[in-house]
Amino acid sequence: MFKYTVRRLLQLIPVLIGVSVLVFVGMHIIPGDVAVLLLGDKGTPEALARLREELGLNQPIYVQYFRFLADALRGDFGISLRTRQTAWWEVRQALPMTIELSLCAMSFAVIVGVPIGVLAAVKQYSLFDSISMIGVLISVSMPIFWTGLILMMIFGGRLHWFPIGGILDEGVNLQRITGIHLLDALLTGNMEAFWSAARHLVLPTIALGSVTMATLARMTRSSMLEIMHQDYVRTARAKGLSRRTVLVRHAFRNALIPVITVAGLQLGILLSGAVLTETVFALPGVGRLAITSLLARDYAVVQAVVLVAAFLIVMVNLMVDLLYAQADPRIRYE
Amino acid sequence: MGNVSLTASSDRVNLAAEPLLRRPSTIKRLMRSPSAIIGLVIVVSLVLVAIFAPLIAPYDPIKQSFRIQLQPPSIGHPFGTDEFGRDILSRVLYGARWALFVGLLADSIALVLGVTLGLLAGYFGGKTDGVISLLTDVMLAFPYLLLAMIVVAVLGPGITNAMIAIGIVYIPQYTRLVRGTVMSIREKEFVEAARCIGLSPFRIIVRHTLPNCVAPIIVMATLAIGWAIVETAGLSFLGLGAQPPTPEWGAMLASGRNYMLSAWWIATFPGLAIVVVVVGFNILGDGLRDALDPYLSHR
Repeated sequence: MFKYTVRRLLQLIPVLIGVSVLVFVGMHIIPGDVAVLLLGDKGTPEALARLREELGLNQPIYVQYFRFLADALRGDFGISLRTRQTAWWEVRQALPMTIELSLCAMSFAVIVGVPIGVLAAVKQYSLFDSISMIGVLISVSMPIFWTGLILMMIFGGRLHWFPIGGILDEGVNLQRITGIHLLDALLTGNMEAFWSAARHLVLPTIALGSVTMATLARMTRSSMLEIMHQDYVRTARAKGLSRRTVLVRHAFRNALIPVITVAGLQLGILLSGAVLTETVFALPGVGRLAITSLLARDYAVVQAVVLVAAFLIVMVNLMVDLLYAQADPRIRYE
Repeated sequence: MGNVSLTASSDRVNLAAEPLLRRPSTIKRLMRSPSAIIGLVIVVSLVLVAIFAPLIAPYDPIKQSFRIQLQPPSIGHPFGTDEFGRDILSRVLYGARWALFVGLLADSIALVLGVTLGLLAGYFGGKTDGVISLLTDVMLAFPYLLLAMIVVAVLGPGITNAMIAIGIVYIPQYTRLVRGTVMSIREKEFVEAARCIGLSPFRIIVRHTLPNCVAPIIVMATLAIGWAIVETAGLSFLGLGAQPPTPEWGAMLASGRNYMLSAWWIATFPGLAIVVVVVGFNILGDGLRDALDPYLSHR
């Protein structure tokens, strides 16, 4: 396992370098002069020349890349044009919100999706199987932003069950410790803030988690059906184990292996979905930060968001791979 | 995105050669599946609506009429009117043109580039495979919408650039799919034989390798049209794709968002149109997979 982990870690290096090259090149060829953007109307030719010199924009492209890489490794992504704060500070402020939303969405997807998949497989061709698979099909076909708008309209606007935007009710204050609202509320014992954040998170969680929920339900059903036709499951039944024991101890545990992989790979989809969900529900996460910064041509922040998001995805994929290898020894010895 | 089962099934379908869709058994299997028929009907309807939109749309989709702003659904305007008094039904019908155009173009970009890279990586292996696989891994490391946003930032906002962005984002999906299939067949006797009689690599790839990848590519291409429609609508919703007054479903949703609580119909109908069309492509794709890969059809 140790060798496998080291090998996978080494394989990450070229991917992370590739990611940094792609982001650097992308940001470099975007039309517009960074110095002009930074100085705005006040930029005299001398001031512009001085700033270009200062930012190293008149150096060869490879020098600029290595400088960018060294800065990025130190967490220095430049200054935000909009707020004049560092881009890294902006990301740090917004990231916990996105992590909170993604974790809630993933929990919702697993808690709802996996049992639906198991039941649909156990009751294959039943009414439940048909209805749940139609539901799954519709869920994966619904654009996240539209799901969000519909939920907002019905449960927020008409029924008034949940708030339609933001993360805390007006007048509710919460001391920031981690930036994750539910966690901070628990750590400070502020239950008013906890329930306020929880109510605000319900609709975005369902909107963001619905596609992943449907994907997991489908994957679990398919995986369970495959496992239930395996010889060892038949053997377990033949030796007299109850149907329940066979399903839980033999089929479900093994069927979960591919489900874990798919769940991990969904992170990229959740992060992409977060851009849309946070925009719909006005949540202050990195998704909303990315789109606001992009529309304002605040590329330092866009660059920071993209690099951090890509790094997170690569790391989660690595963890999924290691979990998978732990669960299935055949992978390690390939 | 949903290509997990595709890759899993590609090994089994790869030996089915060229005229897959012309085989009576494939068509029969496709026609035996009620859901695939529904998918086919939806997709054909989309094509017909897209072609005949000017004939069937009751009103001009961009003509503003401030006397009938924000009218709820009625006999005169079955889907209501928007904040500029434009008929939503007409805009949804014209939107089918954009949906089809967007889906086909984005998918074609991804298909041509992705399949080419996948064939090269799978057939040549070694350094070629190493470089292409690294590129694929790098692209897959990005959240796809952020990658598309960078591409749009480079090219500038607009529906065509949004389509190109989504096309680029889907390239790795095709590359991985085709690479896996080609790797599983490059050591087969018929490829070995083609090499022995001195055929050029280009000819072997085009004449002997590519036809064996057709089945999974057809399935992927069908599903990817639906995904591309959703993703491009997402970019338009964020203000990076179609710009007003284009009757594109994502842009219509974006403008209807501000009226969600007072005029629900503005965003509801374009959203429903997206769902119906994407369901159509998804079930047609699933039906094609089952028809082309009978092993999976019992699931």
